Amino acid sequence: MGVEGIGASVKRKEDRRFITGKGRYVDDIKLVGLTHAHFIRSPHAHARVKGIDSSEAMKMPGVVAVLTGQQIVDDKVGNLICGWAITSKDGSPMKMGAWPAMAPETVRFVGQAVAVVIAETKNQAKDAAEAVVVDYEELEAVPDIRAAIKQGAPQLHPEAPGNVVYDWHIGDEAAVKGAFAKAANVVEMDLTNNRLAPNPMEPRSAIADYDTAEEHYTLYTTSQNPHVARLVLSAFYNIAPEHKLRVIAPDVGGGFGSKIYIYPEEMVALWASRKTGRPVKWTSDRTEAFLTDHHGRDHISKAEMAFDKDNMILGLRVKTHANFGAYMSLFSSAVPTYLYATLLSGQYMIPAIYAEVMGVYTNTTPVDAYRGAGRPEASYLLERMMETAARQLKVDPTELRRKNFITTFPYQTPVIMAYDIGDFGASLDAAMKAIDYAGFAGRKAKAKSEGKLLGIGVSCYIEACGIAPSKAVGSLGAGVGLWESAEVRVNPVGTIEILTGSHSHGQGHETTFAQLISERLGVPISQVQIIHGDTDKVQFGMGTYGSRSLAVGGAAIIKAMEKVEAKAKKIAAHALEASEGDIVIENGEFKVAGTDKSIALPMVALAAYTAHNLPDGMEPGLKETAFYDPTNFTFPAGTYICELEVDAGTGKTSFVNFVAADDFGRLINPMIVEGQVHGGLAQGIGQALLEHAVYDTNGQPVTASFMDYAMPRADDLPSFQLSHTTTLCPGNPLGVKGCGEAGAIGASAAVINAITDAIDNNKLEMPATPNRVWHAIHGKAQ
Amino acid sequence: MSTVDLTINGKAVSVDVEDRTLLVHVLRENFNLTGTHVGCDTSQCGACVVHVDGRAVKSCTMLAGQAAGCDVITIEGIANGDELHPMQAAFRDNHGLQCGYCTPGMIMSSIDIVNRYSGKLDEATVRHELEGNICRCTGYHNIVKSVLDAAGRMKVSQAAE
Repeated sequence: MGVEGIGASVKRKEDRRFITGKGRYVDDIKLVGLTHAHFIRSPHAHARVKGIDSSEAMKMPGVVAVLTGQQIVDDKVGNLICGWAITSKDGSPMKMGAWPAMAPETVRFVGQAVAVVIAETKNQAKDAAEAVVVDYEELEAVPDIRAAIKQGAPQLHPEAPGNVVYDWHIGDEAAVKGAFAKAANVVEMDLTNNRLAPNPMEPRSAIADYDTAEEHYTLYTTSQNPHVARLVLSAFYNIAPEHKLRVIAPDVGGGFGSKIYIYPEEMVALWASRKTGRPVKWTSDRTEAFLTDHHGRDHISKAEMAFDKDNMILGLRVKTHANFGAYMSLFSSAVPTYLYATLLSGQYMIPAIYAEVMGVYTNTTPVDAYRGAGRPEASYLLERMMETAARQLKVDPTELRRKNFITTFPYQTPVIMAYDIGDFGASLDAAMKAIDYAGFAGRKAKAKSEGKLLGIGVSCYIEACGIAPSKAVGSLGAGVGLWESAEVRVNPVGTIEILTGSHSHGQGHETTFAQLISERLGVPISQVQIIHGDTDKVQFGMGTYGSRSLAVGGAAIIKAMEKVEAKAKKIAAHALEASEGDIVIENGEFKVAGTDKSIALPMVALAAYTAHNLPDGMEPGLKETAFYDPTNFTFPAGTYICELEVDAGTGKTSFVNFVAADDFGRLINPMIVEGQVHGGLAQGIGQALLEHAVYDTNGQPVTASFMDYAMPRADDLPSFQLSHTTTLCPGNPLGVKGCGEAGAIGASAAVINAITDAIDNNKLEMPATPNRVWHAIHGKAQ
Repeated sequence: MSTVDLTINGKAVSVDVEDRTLLVHVLRENFNLTGTHVGCDTSQCGACVVHVDGRAVKSCTMLAGQAAGCDVITIEGIANGDELHPMQAAFRDNHGLQCGYCTPGMIMSSIDIVNRYSGKLDEATVRHELEGNICRCTGYHNIVKSVLDAAGRMKVSQAAE
């Protein structure tokens, strides 16, 4: 490897602008004539909008317009859509309730917009919003799954009887029944996967600018996938034709899934800019973010696992209810189905699996993909089951896991996934060594003698990243292909621009992608510019989520690079009067193998553009494009082990150690990879100990600020001890697997398993707050 | 409306603002110093931390009028030309940032922490002192490393002065 090539922990190119305050986020952008939008949002979880009186507001200073839900419907702006069609077990399609960008008739969650004020300043818009009178007729609300599916519950959408979106299943029910019939032991659990708010630190923001002369729209937005935003806005929402809409996502301050989807505010801003003839800006405040950024998780499940007399798993049966909130968000339908149930085999040979998933509407904020999306829910369920099973079967949890590990690859699970490669034993060994698992019994005994409760918890996760291939996901109901594109441009002076459809919201693509080029062409990363996040610059892309950027986007760059190299070698061979087959690339030089003849990359580039001396018939220029569609998912996996102490007097937990051993395939920039793991672990631990988006029985959110929603702070977390084992992914040219979600997928179960070990009580739900833990210790109802 | 005279990054300025205007908005809107960010409405996240008369302050908690006569330093004002402040350099070297949104506030808070502890810091103290700043990307692991690293660098640079 070169000093800046693959495997080097190169410092990030993008950091200088961030640490000097020169990052450019959407809210930092000002346009001439800019107006500001403030949304009027429902204070009720479920209500009928009987009338909106904006006459007083229109007289307020600076007010440009007050626009309502009825107007957006009258202008034939389309309803928001869900892009992945799921079919119920009875063959019927999922039930989609209509979702206008602002509600003309019925609001179904607190925070749903009914109108918007456009004014010269943000404060003027807020002031005028106070003067808009909305007449609501309050309706009974169903804020959780159990209430929503109860007989006689209020119905949210006429299209969805019983508030059921779909009743889906996967696997072989008869085979699972057979497995349980011959089981020596059965382990049963009820599990709740708590609802979370993604909370990127940068609130969502959108600026829409309609140019009347060109009949052209520009949308600056906090998006993880600007091209998909443009596609959906043009193809489904009747807002602007695709060639008349430019979507720009500049620096994006974190996303974690919550900035994948199209939101009503982006649609309204575009529509309002056309209507007012002015640029319109909206920036969320934090409470709006809690109310309207789509949430994550929120499952209740019943799980049963059958074991034979030798503690080998025979079968797994799972029944899950998934809360979708009030409307179906862009990718939501896929999360508890193809991103969740297909991972229920985990790292284990489970001959028979049957999972049922019922999706449910409730009067809450929509739920969609959040870091890991479905896979944390699967991993949590399975790893809590394995730990509980080990205790019930009275065997060591690591031994029970090891005994059931998949050890030969490729391995076809009973739930679609075909794991390409892995070495689960190696990760387990590494983590056990790092935490001195063998010495834990002694530490626990010593702690007990001092009146302390020490616990250890293991979690062996697997995830499916780089969701693919397009043909396969299409057959499962996906509305888009999941390939990625790249263009490699070698400029006449030899500097290089990479245009990619992936887009960074903190993952360091500008550095990692440049390292790929540095490795291949031997140029310093300072000579490589990554261009992303602008639909006018990059032709197309599918964005950043599901740890796909390197496995799919990076692979596309490599494919485009190969084309560039092939042409550059022809030019070099011609210039050096050598055979093309003899040209090798070393340290930025094109050399004739075995001789001292060479030509530097800038001279090859210049030759390509001067075109004075190219091989006969060769097209001038040196730039190539590739679209890469993977042949399979990638399967990162690993083991997390957590050792912690519980204070029996207060129920508070404190970390003794947290070790992570991951297999991400080849690491391009280990420093960045480790940073990604740290962040994921914090979110997984946050879910286990602190975070919970809570609604009261009327559907009022009671955690709508950082004063009520417990975000992990520095003092809540330990420093993490990381290590890596490596099996190279055979499915892409880089051998990479993806690392962004691993921590969030694997950490929660490790923490809860450790606490339940410490307090010797398996019944504990997330978040394991001191209150809950104290009650679990002292045996009282919560 | 009131006229507020103050110093921002060493430059004396005067600005007419509505009385309800917060310092963060003056910095961002009137002076285009967009490095100072707004991450919440409740002074919990710390993305807006600047220095006012040498102390770390959440600029979303302070009215612009309260900064009259004060010396305000923002993230744009701490480097010495092209030479980064040791805290900025430490964040870069230790990968103490990812999306970069909380970073200016983190850096401004961290400089204040190191100043208050005169460079004598340990991990537990740094974690405790970062209570008022939220990061969603890094899990704080590398931020804590950055602050401890910078504490050493700032001590060295102070000794050299």
